[in-house]
Amino acid sequence: MGEVDTKGVVLLDFWVSPFGQRCRIALAEKGVEYEYREENLLGDKSPLLLESNPVYKKVPVLIHDGKPVCESLLIVQYIDEWWPHRAPLLPADPYARAHARFWADFIDKKVRPPYADASYVLWKLKGEGHSAAKEEFTGILKLLEGELGDKKYFAGDAFGFVDIALVPFVCWFYTYETYAGFSIEELTPKLVAWGKRCMERESVAKTLSDPHKVFEFVGVLKKRFGVE
Amino acid sequence: MAPPSDDLKLLGSWASSYTHRVQLALKLKGLAFEYAEEDLADKSPSLLLYNPVYEKVPVLLHRGRPVLESVIILHYLDETWPEVPLMPADPYDRALARFWCHFVDDKLGPAVGAVFASPSDGQAAAVEQVHENLRLVERELREGAFAGRRRFFGGDKIGVLDIVLGCGSYWLAVFEEVMEVKLVDPEAFPLFHSWLRDFEEQEEVKAIIPAIDRLLEYARGVRQMMLGLSTRQQ
Repeated sequence: MGEVDTKGVVLLDFWVSPFGQRCRIALAEKGVEYEYREENLLGDKSPLLLESNPVYKKVPVLIHDGKPVCESLLIVQYIDEWWPHRAPLLPADPYARAHARFWADFIDKKVRPPYADASYVLWKLKGEGHSAAKEEFTGILKLLEGELGDKKYFAGDAFGFVDIALVPFVCWFYTYETYAGFSIEELTPKLVAWGKRCMERESVAKTLSDPHKVFEFVGVLKKRFGVE
Repeated sequence: MAPPSDDLKLLGSWASSYTHRVQLALKLKGLAFEYAEEDLADKSPSLLLYNPVYEKVPVLLHRGRPVLESVIILHYLDETWPEVPLMPADPYDRALARFWCHFVDDKLGPAVGAVFASPSDGQAAAVEQVHENLRLVERELREGAFAGRRRFFGGDKIGVLDIVLGCGSYWLAVFEEVMEVKLVDPEAFPLFHSWLRDFEEQEEVKAIIPAIDRLLEYARGVRQMMLGLSTRQQ
């Protein structure tokens, strides 16, 4: 391979990727030193990325002592298991863990940035398809708010796995709102309040992108994919 | 004799490979449980109550509390009853096992399903997708993360990835017959083929997987219905 020291932690990532941000937040919570390597997802993928993630060829990839771990939620679990003593991200009780895994998995399936799937078309569709997508998205946010309830974080008092799964999308709210023509604060105020609480944590504040930069990025994508 | 498993109930469906995963894990761990068959065309109030988000099987109830999603259930079983472990001990091996479980549900499974759902004249592309995914598995077995490992992904004994990949791989043989396609050529996928054969020969697996005749009949019925629907739509 030759490109990276075999010892240490390297994160292959892309600045605006919410999936990569999950990993960065987890690493920050744990106080783990790592080398961040930016992949240009609008350009060619690096040989290291293609070699480390031959199945999906996607970021993020965590390379620990030369061994790659792929899929953001799996990376977060790996980080939690490898560095268990500080800031546990999953609860100790098996039932609570299963509950957290369920909601993180739900978020992973249902909350996606516009570039992740061809099917995520809130920003592309017009007319009836657009309203259907908007309704679906609203439903997902309300379900998540229902799960959060009046708790400080999803698992209660401790910031953890489900928060990490969802919080990177908070900086996408402005973009969703602008394309969908709704106010997320009006729809799900508790979720927005939760987002602000999370932003008080250094790990989150230092990781999330500026919402206006996210919006600009989506504009770039739209031009690139010829969407109007 | 099974260790006390106090109040375990499984809502499942006899032809669901996701249900089989849980049944197999319970069997391997020697856990007693009550089974309730769900009619997915007429879902029970229990199913809707315990899984309102997806309304799907399997649902594991332990002391009345639901655990959902087959892979999450397997983790739960392993953490609650750690004897006869299904997950590897090492965090890196765990990440690897989880990745390939994800791959099965995200890529391989849907590709196999797509073959089954493909129109009579559109099979070739769907079959090639399956082959592409099987090649990835074969490569891992031959020269990747699992190269040189013992009989199963879990070692000498079946582990979580064997369960997840194995429960569902029997559909390959079923679809091969119903669709008249070749999905697993032993010459193209020798390691996958021999792993699957070893998996299916395990006593616990034989006890769980339905008889192939039942699966064939079921698959033929579903296929007929799919073709019937598409004909009517033309």
